Amino acid sequence: MYAFEYHRPTTLAEAARLASGNEDAKILAGGQTLIPTLKQRLAQPSDVVDLGAVAELRGICEDGDTLVIGATTPHAEVAASAVVQRLIPALAKLAEGIGDAQVRNRGTLGGSICNNDPSADYPAALVVLGATVHTTTRKIAAEDFFTGMFETALEPDEIVTAVAFPKPGKAAYVKFPNPASRYATVGVFVAEVGGQVRVAVTGAAPSVYRWTEAEQALAGGLDPAALDGLTVDPDGLNADIHASGEYRASLVKVMAKRAVAACV
Amino acid sequence: MPTVSLQVNGKSVTREVEGRTLLVQLLREHLGLTGTHVGCDTSQCGACVVHVDGCSVKSCTMLAVQAEGTEVTTIEGLAAADGTLHPMQAAFREHHGLQCGYCTPGMVMSAVDLAQTHGHLDEKTVREGLEGNICRCTGYHNIVKAVLAGAEAMRAGVPKAAE
Repeated sequence: MYAFEYHRPTTLAEAARLASGNEDAKILAGGQTLIPTLKQRLAQPSDVVDLGAVAELRGICEDGDTLVIGATTPHAEVAASAVVQRLIPALAKLAEGIGDAQVRNRGTLGGSICNNDPSADYPAALVVLGATVHTTTRKIAAEDFFTGMFETALEPDEIVTAVAFPKPGKAAYVKFPNPASRYATVGVFVAEVGGQVRVAVTGAAPSVYRWTEAEQALAGGLDPAALDGLTVDPDGLNADIHASGEYRASLVKVMAKRAVAACV
Repeated sequence: MPTVSLQVNGKSVTREVEGRTLLVQLLREHLGLTGTHVGCDTSQCGACVVHVDGCSVKSCTMLAVQAEGTEVTTIEGLAAADGTLHPMQAAFREHHGLQCGYCTPGMVMSAVDLAQTHGHLDEKTVREGLEGNICRCTGYHNIVKAVLAGAEAMRAGVPKAAE
């Protein structure tokens, strides 16, 4: 790891000040991606701004029919939260399936979405549920937030503070996990939102996307057989040592059918 | 250089470290607590698992400075002051939940957290709960037996003999 200047602000305002005007500064949340990246010398930030002591960024609360989760809330806390289990049980289950127990104790919602790994689980939840990303300067709709592989709409000095999830009707997330990392080779989140069925896919393409053909096919009801006639084009899908584009295309449909069947 | 102050196995510790110093380096190289191992150094194998404020974490994937103000427990902090093994340690010995022993400190620390989180454990919960710990010797069978017995012993408050 290259040397860097370490900062441990205790307020959001101080964290934002430290991050602003310095393109070589990196924000550190749970560190489950950033620290391995630094250890491999794939990044060389001049400054690391640790959000670990900013208490206002952590926590889960219910605001009417909306679930608000602070950016530095760890996955284990989301998975175990009685509020999350009651409002959006599919989200609690998603959090419980990330990585392993030790990664879930450190890794955070905000860290996951800001990294926008194409195989991360949380982006599917944000996009399918129509969540809103709150930052230090604005509110961003989830579908505008994830812009490409490892890319988001965030400005360099903007910090994600929380994510607001509207409570869906029936919802389920099913993934085919990589057996070593538990990242989603392909993950599909299906949810009833505002009377419509929405389908979001992660792991398959460079960034999370909505599978609109499946949404149209499911307009008549949550029946897995409604997807039987669809085919997924492997062109442009991710292909790597873990899975070919063709295999991922096949998994999209299989995982979508399982998610529809799991909707409760 | 930044200063980090924390509790390690019940003792207050303050050290000057670099920002990039890992928690496992602080434990092993600065404090001489070499019971915590470094296996893969890529947050997969779990040989470096310690507890930070009661939660199991991979100390190779946490900066020492991130542990500011926390209570850290390592494998050296589990046994009683008189040397009596923690029930989970005793169960690993009784059920031969190890072969070369390299992964054992991390396995035990993960197992203690698992037992504390769930209380009663079943085999499925143990196998899923140990996803972040890799053993390349024993094939896990005796480790799972040891964790089940250790968790029961923790609930009962006494070590349990092997069957």
